[in-house]
Amino acid sequence: MRRETIYEIKSLYRDDFRVTGFRFGSGEKAACIMGSMRGNEYQQIYVCSQLVRKLKKLEEQGRIRAGKEILIIPCGNPYSVNTKKRFWTIDNTDINRMFPGYDLGETTQRIADGIFQEIKDYACGIQFASFYMPGDFVPQVRIMKTGKENIELAKKFGLPYVVVHDPRPFDTATLNYNWQVWDTDAFSVYTTSTSAIDTKSAAQAVNAVLGFLSKQEILDYAGFGEYESRVVASHDFINVRMDYAGFFERIVGAGERVEEGDSLARIVDPYTATVRQTITSPVDGMVAFAHSEALAYQNTAVYKLIPEG
Amino acid sequence: MIEETITIAQVNLPVDEELKIAKHRMRPDVGSVKKLEEAHKRIGIVTGIHGDELEGQYVCYELARRIRETPERLCGIVDIYPAMNPFGIDNITRGIPAFDLDMNRLFPGNQDGDMNEYIAAEIIRDMEGTFLCLDIHASNIFLTEVPQIRINELHRDILVPFAKRSNVDLVWVHGASTVLESTFAYSLNDRGIHTLVVEMGVGMRITREYGDQLVDGIFALMKDAGIWDGEVAPMREPVVSYDEQAEDVYYLNAPVSGVFIKQMEHGSMVKEGDVLGQIVDPMSGKVLSEITAPGDGWLFTVREYPVVDEGSLMGRILKPHTET
Ligand SMILES: [Zn+2]
Repeated sequence: MRRETIYEIKSLYRDDFRVTGFRFGSGEKAACIMGSMRGNEYQQIYVCSQLVRKLKKLEEQGRIRAGKEILIIPCGNPYSVNTKKRFWTIDNTDINRMFPGYDLGETTQRIADGIFQEIKDYACGIQFASFYMPGDFVPQVRIMKTGKENIELAKKFGLPYVVVHDPRPFDTATLNYNWQVWDTDAFSVYTTSTSAIDTKSAAQAVNAVLGFLSKQEILDYAGFGEYESRVVASHDFINVRMDYAGFFERIVGAGERVEEGDSLARIVDPYTATVRQTITSPVDGMVAFAHSEALAYQNTAVYKLIPEG
Repeated sequence: MIEETITIAQVNLPVDEELKIAKHRMRPDVGSVKKLEEAHKRIGIVTGIHGDELEGQYVCYELARRIRETPERLCGIVDIYPAMNPFGIDNITRGIPAFDLDMNRLFPGNQDGDMNEYIAAEIIRDMEGTFLCLDIHASNIFLTEVPQIRINELHRDILVPFAKRSNVDLVWVHGASTVLESTFAYSLNDRGIHTLVVEMGVGMRITREYGDQLVDGIFALMKDAGIWDGEVAPMREPVVSYDEQAEDVYYLNAPVSGVFIKQMEHGSMVKEGDVLGQIVDPMSGKVLSEITAPGDGWLFTVREYPVVDEGSLMGRILKPHTET
């Protein structure tokens, strides 16, 4: 294992801004694993740390295949994590909306460029990502439909779902999209949580990544993903929305199977404790996403369901 | 003249509050209408999509005040939308607080979507039938801008003639980019509602002189459209930059992090090598870098907020230009 600084900027009053990478094995650029790029993505850093520990051991045991190199970058934005701010400290821009980056541009464009120059030539790119909505997810691999997406490869993670997603205008500036444009097979892996550490789904993600690297003949590792992945398109997800705002009382969580008519959650009047609405499942299916905050705004998609079939 | 304030979108918030997006409409009395066709012609003055950009607040106020001075001159409809993002204005935040979303990346919205997508969709729906719309921004809190209109190259043929009649100093036609497809202006122009994006002044402040200048321009646009038949001030001729290839402008970025001490004001003509300001380190008391003009031109944007990171935008200079 070699620890190195991938990119750095000098600051006026803070320690240098540093993006740190961990390299394992040597030779062709086989796989790159990217963790958090936003200040609230703790789980994404945590999963990377577990992979660093595991790969260090595997490397010592000689189980990284000859001629293959793996790079892990646990965090592309320590400044925001350390100040508990989601986006860039001074101008609130999102590094994951700045790819492929620009070395002569603004700060976050430079950071995106500094990272991308290091990671764009890897054959496979895996990013631990998060949604903008606060909530829990069923573990899934997301892949963006650019014409270069490789769905068969995505199944090799052995996670329950492979979600194929049509890019929206702003997606064209994400890492995942640009990795694909630069001919990397790119995958976004979602574990259950973001700003809370969920050790169970982190362990599942570690196993999925190691299983994937093994199937790609980068690692010599016995563990494999546990699922025959089901492929679903993101537009087939069913959004369940609240008609009212108020306190959100969750009955069913992410990863649970529900039947049509099952109660999912209640919205309660914050002043009188009256139930404003009980929402029920419109279909038989799997809860892919469940809202996790106490407050819910009107019309928020508090659940996303994958219908059975 | 008839005036009314109309709610265009409304949602309930979790704890004892309603969020309303409203507009103020000014229109002639049916009895006093001179031409029926023009009585239905509408101009929309929109601002506050970015909650910390306040230059448009004065424009909304001043426009209504001047119309009321000679209400009989109003021949069509003026819709004033001062606060598209009321949460942002209340919280001194560019985006939508609680969601950390840039409202200007949500359009055209979605009627069946979440609260913010719904509001965006209702705003677009309300704009249907508008002849001409101005979306007034104030750069951001970091930069000061001369009054200017920015136009996506896709809409240049339709919009440049309007922009030239707006009394701004600069019309900047820029290249198309996919990420801009979710802006308010793109969504409206895409639907055939002519929409000009104004950038002027600086975030968190009101520059009265620029507001007055733009209001003069709005009256000229209204007169051209037949919405107003009163006197209008003489218009200034803007510099027009057709910069689709992004070659007309020098972008100056900070080579180091530090505190910027500005020496030149926006709107200055500069010569190659002129010092715009210095980036200093107050800890050591030393100059870290001098920001100099890479060529001759017009400094139309300059850094206002003193704290800079490596890469922060320090200014923009329009290269010498003959076309007007
Ligand atoms: Zn703005």
